Amino acid sequence: MITITHYLVLSAILFTVGVIGVLIRRNAIIIFMCIELMLNAVNLSFVACAHYLNSMQGQLFVFFTMTVAAAEAAVGLAIIVAVFRNKETVNIDDINIMKW
Amino acid sequence: MSEYLFYIVAAITVTTAVYLIFEKNPVFGALYLIQTMVSLAVLYILLEAQFVAAVQIIVYAGAIMVLFLFVIMLLNLDIKEEARNALPFQRIPAILMGIALFTVICIVIRSKLLQGKQDQYTTAYVQSIGNTKLIGNLLFTDYLLPFEITSILLFVAAIGAIMLAKRKL
Amino acid sequence: MLDLVALILLFPLIGTAVNGLAGKRMRKETVGYIACGAIGLSFLVSILVFCGLLLLPPEGRLFEKHLFVWIESGSFRSLAALQVDPLSTVMILTVSGVGFLIHVYSIGYMHHDKGYHRYFCYLNLFTFSMLLLVLSNNFLLMFIGWEAVGLCSYLLIGFWFEKKSASNAAKKAFVVNRVGDFGFALGVMLIFLIFHSIDFTEVFSAASHGNFETGNFAITMITLLLFMGATGKSAQIPLYTWLPDAMEGPTPVSALIHAATMVTAGVYMIARCNVLYMLSPFTMTVVASIGAATALFAASIGLVQNDIKRVLAYSTISQLGYMFLACGVGAFTAGVFHLMTHAFFKALLFLGAGSVIHALSGEQDIRKMGALKSHIPTTYKTFLVGTIAIAGIPPFAGFFSKDEILLEAFVRGNFIYWSIGAIAALFTAFYMFRLLFMTFYGESRVDHHTMEHLHESPGNMTLPLIALAGLSFVGGFLGIPGASAINHFLSPVFGGHTHAEIAGTELAGHSGHHGAWLPYLMMVVSTAIAIAGIFLAYQMYIKKPDLPKKLTDRFRFIHKLLLNKYYVDEIYDALFVNPTKKISVKILWKGVDVRIIDGSVNGIARLVGGLSNVLRLLQTGYIRNYAFYIVVGCIFIVVLAVFGK
Repeated sequence: MITITHYLVLSAILFTVGVIGVLIRRNAIIIFMCIELMLNAVNLSFVACAHYLNSMQGQLFVFFTMTVAAAEAAVGLAIIVAVFRNKETVNIDDINIMKW
Repeated sequence: MSEYLFYIVAAITVTTAVYLIFEKNPVFGALYLIQTMVSLAVLYILLEAQFVAAVQIIVYAGAIMVLFLFVIMLLNLDIKEEARNALPFQRIPAILMGIALFTVICIVIRSKLLQGKQDQYTTAYVQSIGNTKLIGNLLFTDYLLPFEITSILLFVAAIGAIMLAKRKL
Repeated sequence: MLDLVALILLFPLIGTAVNGLAGKRMRKETVGYIACGAIGLSFLVSILVFCGLLLLPPEGRLFEKHLFVWIESGSFRSLAALQVDPLSTVMILTVSGVGFLIHVYSIGYMHHDKGYHRYFCYLNLFTFSMLLLVLSNNFLLMFIGWEAVGLCSYLLIGFWFEKKSASNAAKKAFVVNRVGDFGFALGVMLIFLIFHSIDFTEVFSAASHGNFETGNFAITMITLLLFMGATGKSAQIPLYTWLPDAMEGPTPVSALIHAATMVTAGVYMIARCNVLYMLSPFTMTVVASIGAATALFAASIGLVQNDIKRVLAYSTISQLGYMFLACGVGAFTAGVFHLMTHAFFKALLFLGAGSVIHALSGEQDIRKMGALKSHIPTTYKTFLVGTIAIAGIPPFAGFFSKDEILLEAFVRGNFIYWSIGAIAALFTAFYMFRLLFMTFYGESRVDHHTMEHLHESPGNMTLPLIALAGLSFVGGFLGIPGASAINHFLSPVFGGHTHAEIAGTELAGHSGHHGAWLPYLMMVVSTAIAIAGIFLAYQMYIKKPDLPKKLTDRFRFIHKLLLNKYYVDEIYDALFVNPTKKISVKILWKGVDVRIIDGSVNGIARLVGGLSNVLRLLQTGYIRNYAFYIVVGCIFIVVLAVFGK
């Protein structure tokens, strides 16, 4: 019998993988994809919770998450393109200007 | 049957996700991510969220990932572009920290801290109306305001993307 | 008319503001006209106020102009209010009148100076402060004026601050005055503590209505502390040393501030507080003794000085001593009368000296002068009037006022006061005529180069001289014994019992053997003393010019002692200045300041800097690093949420 815990643990694994990806990769696009992975992990737990609680709210929230993800993808990729245009790189270690 | 299916699909999902984070070539990375998303869509079907599964494939695997691939190919990144690694010492702590995070999440799951309330939408009830119809009803009645706000969000994001992509303002 | 009194203060203040802010961009003539005009208008208003006061009945001659509430805190309340009464009227007339003449004189004297507008700005500010001092109706406002004249004095002594000696003299004046002001401030605080008010009217009425018996300890302390302020401002022993050095300032400044007006502030203050002083016989004795001692002491130094302005400076100190002597024996009217006549003739003498210095292109040493009589006739004539006035020859102004002081000293004080005063008068006559003879008579000792430039001063310098000479001549008639206008005018302030005449009759009543002829005998005696002094000077410097040299050789020790001003400066240096400097440098500067204050400040800065250097390592600029911190933070928060309870 597959319980909600199975799904939640799977979601946790995916999320953790996404986090590790963000932390160890240097390619901005891959990092971005890892963020998408994290969002998907959260979506999974939403849907799982909705299913096991006989609720529709989880499924509806997935839509909103997807919207945010879509917006984020559009803007984020635009930023990456803009940065690439200036720096000729998407290696975030070369873009270490986030300090005073 | 669905039990085995869950384990198989879960295994594929985790594997492709792990492949994603260790893949040098971004194009392959994107393909792995697409596979992850498709697997997730299968899991959504197992959870009787058919409409979400469809949207997952159409929006995520279709639109967003295509956008990713498009950008990767536009920028024409070669495989070796990750040459400079300023933080090599962060690799192991990061993985350890990831494991710690996973542990903590599992503890939270096991601790039953987060409890939900049973609602009226049982499987039988949903099937009697239809998943898509029910979602559509809810979106345009109870969730109308958030729904409209998301449209503004997308609108803003579209403008933002245009502004960022323009060479000269 | 009395309502106009605020205008007296307003005009100089406007002059200060205009010249101070815009003087640099205006023509010199404009600056001069504005400054003189401001004081001139002030003088005119003063006359109006005086007339307004005369229209009132003598007992009701007290007018208070309430401007605004300045400080209100708990039971402490200080108004910015002005007080017009006979005493302050005499003072404002003297200050604005003499001040106006000196302003006019300055136009000519300072004409070539590049700090022209700065000079007039300070001078106007000074006049404002002095008028504020004499017009205020409470101790705090008076203290403001008191401090402000000190500030102006500092600014003007150090007017030529490029000169090391000038800036040193300015500092000295400021620091020495600070010692006195400290006492004054403590006195004011004590007054508030005892009387719960700092208003003149309230304090004096409380004091005079018998709430305090004569010799009350608190009153004695108050009066002594106030007198300490007076010794600083009015250059009395022991705080007189700054005044001779103050001669580093421009000569009109010496005339205005360090002779005619500011230095008399102490006398004014004591006269103003006469009610308090009368309650404390001990303080009165102190005041009289210090006054007498200063009169003699400074006069003796004046005998041998060779700098024309320094002679006048010591003369000023000595004359101020007379005023304090008068106040100390309770003859406040005599003190204020002498203050006024002294303002006339001492301003005249200083301006005359300035004219001499101007004619000789800056030479101040009387050994390098001589025979200037025919070269600068106007200056000579007016200087002569001033000299006769200060020496005390009737009917010039100095005679009446000095004679009255000597008489009062004899009648109310004792024979010692009188004899000291008489000896000082002899000295005064001697050194003033010595100065006159060495400057204007005898052989010329002026060098050729200077001789070529020798010229009489322009009209705007000689006219004030003539005006002041006229005042020095007629000023004394205000106080003719027996029919003294000024006594009568001032009597509401000092109370009827301080009249000289009444004192004379009292005395006649108490001890019949003196009688009414005493004042006349005194007049004859003091005239004789003055003539003796003049005769001595004439013998030594005109008849037998080699006599001074012989005397100097004979009494070398005394001469050296006098020439070096009794080594008081050196003694003060050794006793106070140098130890203070040493303590300041060794302990306060090198120890407290460098080690403790700088050390703690720098230490804190270094600590913060060091910590920041460590913390800065966290801020790498690498996004992945920041993401790592976020993850750590998330774990921490979740752990806290789960296990924190």
